[in-house]
Amino acid sequence: MAQALGAGADWTAMAPAIVLALTALVLLLVDSITPDTSNRPLLAGLSTLGAVVAGAVAVLLLVSGTGDEAIRLYDGALVVDTMSLFFTLIFTSVTALVCVASYDYMKGRPYQAEFYSLVILAATGMTLMANSNSLATVFISLELASLPSYALVAILKKNRGSVEAGLKYFLIGALSSAIFAYGISLVYGVTGHLQLGRVASNLNVEALPGILGVGVLMVLGGFAFKTASVPFHFWAPEAYEGAPAPISAFLSSASKAAGFAVAFRVFVTAFPIGDVATTVDWVLAFQILAVITMTLGNFAAATQDKVKRMLAYSSIGHAGYVLIGLAALTGGNDDWVMGGAMMHLLVYGFMNTGAFLFIALVENWGVGRTFEDYNGLATKAPIACVAMTVFMFNLAGLPIGAGFMSKYVLFGAAVGAGFWWLAAVGAVNSALSLFYYSRVVKAMWIEEPEGELTIRSTPTGLYVAVLAAAAATVLLLPAFSPVADTAINAALTLLG
Amino acid sequence: MMIEALLAVTLLSAFVVFLAPDKVAGKLAFVLSLLPLGGSLWMYSSFEATGAQGNALLGGTLAFETMAKWVAIGPYALNWHVGLDGISLPLLVLTTVLTPLSILAAWTPVQSRQSQFYGLMLFMEMSLLGVFSALDFFVWFIFWEMVLVPMYFLIGVWGGPRRKYAAIKFFVYTNVASLVMFIGFIALVFGLGDSVTSLDLPAITTALNNGELSGLGGIDANTLKVVAFFAMFAGFGVKVPIVPFHTWLPDAHVEAPTPVSIMLAGVMLKMGTYALLRFNFTMLPGVAKDFALIIAIVAVVSVIYGAMLALAQSDLKRIVAYSSVSSMGYVILGLVAYNMYGVGGATFQMIAHGLISGLMFMAVGVIYNTTHTRMVSDMSGLADKMPITVAVFVAGAFGYMGLPLMAGFAAEFFIFVGAFQSTVLAGNTLALFTGAAMFGIVIVAGYLLFAMQRTLFGPFRLETDYEVGRADFHDVAPLVVLILLVILLGVQPDIFYGMIQDSVRDMALITGGGH
Repeated sequence: MAQALGAGADWTAMAPAIVLALTALVLLLVDSITPDTSNRPLLAGLSTLGAVVAGAVAVLLLVSGTGDEAIRLYDGALVVDTMSLFFTLIFTSVTALVCVASYDYMKGRPYQAEFYSLVILAATGMTLMANSNSLATVFISLELASLPSYALVAILKKNRGSVEAGLKYFLIGALSSAIFAYGISLVYGVTGHLQLGRVASNLNVEALPGILGVGVLMVLGGFAFKTASVPFHFWAPEAYEGAPAPISAFLSSASKAAGFAVAFRVFVTAFPIGDVATTVDWVLAFQILAVITMTLGNFAAATQDKVKRMLAYSSIGHAGYVLIGLAALTGGNDDWVMGGAMMHLLVYGFMNTGAFLFIALVENWGVGRTFEDYNGLATKAPIACVAMTVFMFNLAGLPIGAGFMSKYVLFGAAVGAGFWWLAAVGAVNSALSLFYYSRVVKAMWIEEPEGELTIRSTPTGLYVAVLAAAAATVLLLPAFSPVADTAINAALTLLG
Repeated sequence: MMIEALLAVTLLSAFVVFLAPDKVAGKLAFVLSLLPLGGSLWMYSSFEATGAQGNALLGGTLAFETMAKWVAIGPYALNWHVGLDGISLPLLVLTTVLTPLSILAAWTPVQSRQSQFYGLMLFMEMSLLGVFSALDFFVWFIFWEMVLVPMYFLIGVWGGPRRKYAAIKFFVYTNVASLVMFIGFIALVFGLGDSVTSLDLPAITTALNNGELSGLGGIDANTLKVVAFFAMFAGFGVKVPIVPFHTWLPDAHVEAPTPVSIMLAGVMLKMGTYALLRFNFTMLPGVAKDFALIIAIVAVVSVIYGAMLALAQSDLKRIVAYSSVSSMGYVILGLVAYNMYGVGGATFQMIAHGLISGLMFMAVGVIYNTTHTRMVSDMSGLADKMPITVAVFVAGAFGYMGLPLMAGFAAEFFIFVGAFQSTVLAGNTLALFTGAAMFGIVIVAGYLLFAMQRTLFGPFRLETDYEVGRADFHDVAPLVVLILLVILLGVQPDIFYGMIQDSVRDMALITGGGH
């Protein structure tokens, strides 16, 4: 029985995505009424408000238990459950932080209304990604999230780095979209359905094992691109480095989380490992991906001399940690493994966004990009540097915030599932990462500046965003209980 | 809620001071640090009245205990569990006593970025208070690691010429040690399997002592115990530090500014011995007893080797730093004796050494502030120029040597009595080791007398261009307070010793190490 829009009150469950879409439209409307507007308070305020309201609605729905039973819409093409709401919360938090920070970052730059509406549109796409329950909606929402991102990376049209990064991102993105779409068509060819649940029930492993296997691996490749996992990670350092820093924050936190949201749902729902293991053992594939991704990301990060690039590679490393959420499945500890990955994504959303926004702050000051340029920054801006220190130590996994907790859960869950070697690789990588994260801290606090270091301004928006992210990172530690409960709940609704 | 209030006030003070202007930061920090001091003294005075008794991990009744659900992680619940027993309360008091004094000692030497400096000092105090009061492993570990962060900055920003090297070495050494210890302990918890449902230290201790440990990943229970014991022993040993894990200590001490050295030697090293006492010796008494010989050898080597190293130094601060290695060796000796005098004395030595080493570092700091040198060969005859400082220095040195009626004497006396009586090792083996360790006192006396004779007495001579005058009141006052405390504890050890004995009695009984 097909469910039309408005059947019952179920569509209210889509409220976060609807709020975001409306916000984007209002922003476009503002831009059409007064083209080239640079009313920054209005634009940033509207988009932040939209993100905050969408996030608040998601929290309300979570608290009221709306997602405990999966709500299926549009003939099951979209689904609202605890997991999609949890991820919506991640996207909207990051979006809100990015919009607040962009208030200062976009000062005096062209295309402001476009910038904000693209950010909100991308956020809408991400939210839909988390809701997608059919390979068709997965593809569409993925493109809705990706296309604005390409434009956003290249939005500094006069900046060669930005344009180059946008082009590179776009080309690799287009390629991986093609791979992904081809994978979908192969899966459709074998199973005759696009909706994830039906794909699973129509799986006939004996019929066309080779085609199904290739299809699943190609779909996996599409996700590897979105989450910046090896071997589709090459675009990430370039794009993150060239993009405006708030956009780097947006892509490396929210966009990555969106990729994981789909990956979790698609692989668990459409390709139950028990059924497809003989054809394509994707758990094994994710194990290999996880180990290579975290190791490569961390080692590459350790050799960088630009802070933003270091963060870009470290973000690849963190994708590797989160991949444990798929790689350690089938160990009898599935809810904790996947829940741990989700918790890490939420905490990561704050600490990584905060770190990139701090870089936006530094770019705004006109201090350079290398570690040496950060020397002595703490003497000029101690409070922002405290926030950055919080981000760095949390990313490294020191227990002064929730970063330690989520890593501990993730690795502990992997050990509990019998994949102690995955946890061991993760722990060693994590220990190594302290080396390069503490380089930033050392530069800011301990080193003396080489020349005269002047900081021209204290941009309110950026400060607010950075401090809010830092506060959230730290406060999530004492308040970890609801996060853990929700994430486990989300994993349970998904795993069924 | 008293412990939470203490932590909150200290943390809040740290923020306030961090944001305060540099000019007032020092004075503000001192005033604010009196609040936790007052709090801890109040807790000390009402400790008896709370009915606290016994050892926190062995089913004792705790003072100011709070237990609240925090978060459930997999099969293991993490709880906010804090409380004090007779072992942790003295260390808590020691922390709050030393912090205001070391803040006073910072007024003269710290002349840049004061608000950050004092903010970090208070933040460190908060973390240390957390370490000594937490009873859930996870909470405890968070505070344990939190101590590293301010220490890293305090050495790295305000330290001497090689501060960056020293700060990184300290950070890496102790952080790797924490990782080793963490893995050891978690392996133990996983090995307990279903018999524990939380990371609560008393619950884990009970389960371990009831022999509920099963193997883990193909390793049988006995091997797991031994592996976990030594992972934790190495992890904590770095912090103590025991030979051969001691090499970060002189670097950190020499480069750290005086007030930081005071906190480092006075409180932070005690984290190591406190954790050894709580984890290794309380949770795995069987293993500790089986390997008592090795531990005793480590203790004696630390005592003698540390003292010999101190003897070879020509920098006053290095002399005091290496002598810490030696003094902390006595603590290990007391622990391994496993009876009431031994473990009690070890705990008492933590307090005594905290006060005396703090005093010595402070005195060296005052001398350095005036003379701008710490080299023994650069100066002589300081006694005429700065009589009070020198008098306190001499008194502190006598305390270090274990002169009767000083805290150090009481502590070492208890340890030696315990070690002589101990039946942990067959025959008189431990007594033999004790005899060897006691020789350390002679070396201590040797190097301290030698250093004092050359720097403090004789004709005045100074090979720098600085004018030597009397130190400021706020430099000398903390020295006087500390020496008074050292004497007070020496004359009346029962201020702490009673409650310590009460708390270590159960440990002595478990292993039958004698009384």
